[in-house]
Amino acid sequence: MSAVVSVEALGLRFDQRILWEDLSFELQPGEFLAVLGPNGTGKTSLIRILLGLLEPSAGRVLVNGGPPHEGRQHVGYVPQQRAFDRDLALRARDLVRLGLDGHRWGNGRLSSEERARIDRAIASVGASDYADAPIGRLSGGEQQRLRIAQALVADPALLLADEPLLSLDLAYQHTITGLLDERRRTAGTPVLFVTHDINPVLGLVDKVLYLAPGSWAIGAPDEVLTSETLTQLYGTDVDVLRVRGRVVVVGTPDDQHVHHVDHDH
Amino acid sequence: MFTDLLAQHFVHTALLAGAVVAVVSGAIGIFVVTRGASFAVHAISELGFTGAAGALVIGIDPVIGMIGGSLVVGLVLGVLSLRGRERDSAIGAVLAFGLGVGVLLLSLYHGYATEATNLLFGSIVGVSDRQLLELTIVALIVTAGLAAIYRPLLFSSVDPEVAAARGVPLRAMSIAIFLLLALTTAEAIQVVGVLLVLTLVITPAAAAQRLTARPGLALVLSIAIALAATEGGILLSLAQPWPTSFFISAISFAVYVAARVVKRT
Repeated sequence: MSAVVSVEALGLRFDQRILWEDLSFELQPGEFLAVLGPNGTGKTSLIRILLGLLEPSAGRVLVNGGPPHEGRQHVGYVPQQRAFDRDLALRARDLVRLGLDGHRWGNGRLSSEERARIDRAIASVGASDYADAPIGRLSGGEQQRLRIAQALVADPALLLADEPLLSLDLAYQHTITGLLDERRRTAGTPVLFVTHDINPVLGLVDKVLYLAPGSWAIGAPDEVLTSETLTQLYGTDVDVLRVRGRVVVVGTPDDQHVHHVDHDH
Repeated sequence: MFTDLLAQHFVHTALLAGAVVAVVSGAIGIFVVTRGASFAVHAISELGFTGAAGALVIGIDPVIGMIGGSLVVGLVLGVLSLRGRERDSAIGAVLAFGLGVGVLLLSLYHGYATEATNLLFGSIVGVSDRQLLELTIVALIVTAGLAAIYRPLLFSSVDPEVAAARGVPLRAMSIAIFLLLALTTAEAIQVVGVLLVLTLVITPAAAAQRLTARPGLALVLSIAIALAATEGGILLSLAQPWPTSFFISAISFAVYVAARVVKRT
């Protein structure tokens, strides 16, 4: 099968600051790629490039075999949870619906087929009970379930998730990663998952792309998340410990990865 | 006395003009409230006043100056697409200076002071047939614009991050809504005056949001409330010779308070 995402010799710089050079990887159907690294290494920029919202400084990107902006309608995007206004006139199902036809002109009537599709997407994330509730009155975890439904309703060929677990409790983290995992297993939709903490998805990921300041590494988690690889990436002594099945990174210069230790709250 | 007045042509014109303005104000208000741009309405309206005062000084139709002033501010706000606190302080700074210029222009104007009072507090009962025609044409432009971009506008207002990922041009939406808002504001000024524009553009939409979470229904309710306030206000001011703007703002506010009290359906 051909790659859903193909990135070749990608470079990104802002003014004089080089984020990465010569970044190449492919994402095959059904693959789960975690993008890790400290803040400011261009994790979100990578997603924006794949969505065609940001031009890379160098290199070539293909999404579904074409340039990113052409493939946008076949990409599901899950952002991090953010609060909606309590009084916002928008129901859960309206949020999901926007993922289907929100980019189209006019006000548009839904066909019965589209309506059924929205219902199915909501049911698939187990949110049918609160489908008609105002979005601003739902909990963060409930909202993130609906975000998944919103991303799935257009039947995407690729899922991009940008820190979708942030500010969710552990139970909801499991739910959300489980839903993404189910989709890639049943429909073969690859998932690119940006996170600062690998542990919630450690059992799911096929590959890890680690972005460090000025360099990067990609490979299976056991290859990338080692003291040797990260020491080389950061150019300073970094220890990767395995504690009770969890990965703990100690000694990165910016100490971003303290999060790996204390994120379990 | 009251029934005699109802037979008068100027009363019919006023009621029609009020209806036209109420429909566009109520409709656009939903998007303004959703985007948290209430303060921008105030700025656009006060700069509309500056434009009108400038027009009076150079001896042209103040309505032209008002639309010009509103459009300039609307365009600037739309292009800047500022968010949050930065937008608040930028608007505050521009608004204050614009109003200062308006005061200077009024002092240079040696015509009838009622012209200025009408701008500030509205003069619905003085609307001519020609003005009614102009109001209707502008209202049709605003309505057509809103209908054409309804879905992407809603998407970019409630969920900008995902809207961008799905290909909705955020900046174009921002410019479009502020230009349509500028036209609407210039309309509303002619009914309730510069200082009371918010009573038609914000209050009905805020009340409607409290009553329903359905986006389409909220839009319809907002229009209905704006209509009830405007028409009710005009009729009451015929029975009791207090300013029309007072009655309009009183009805609109009463509905808002009631909506905050009753439970949302």
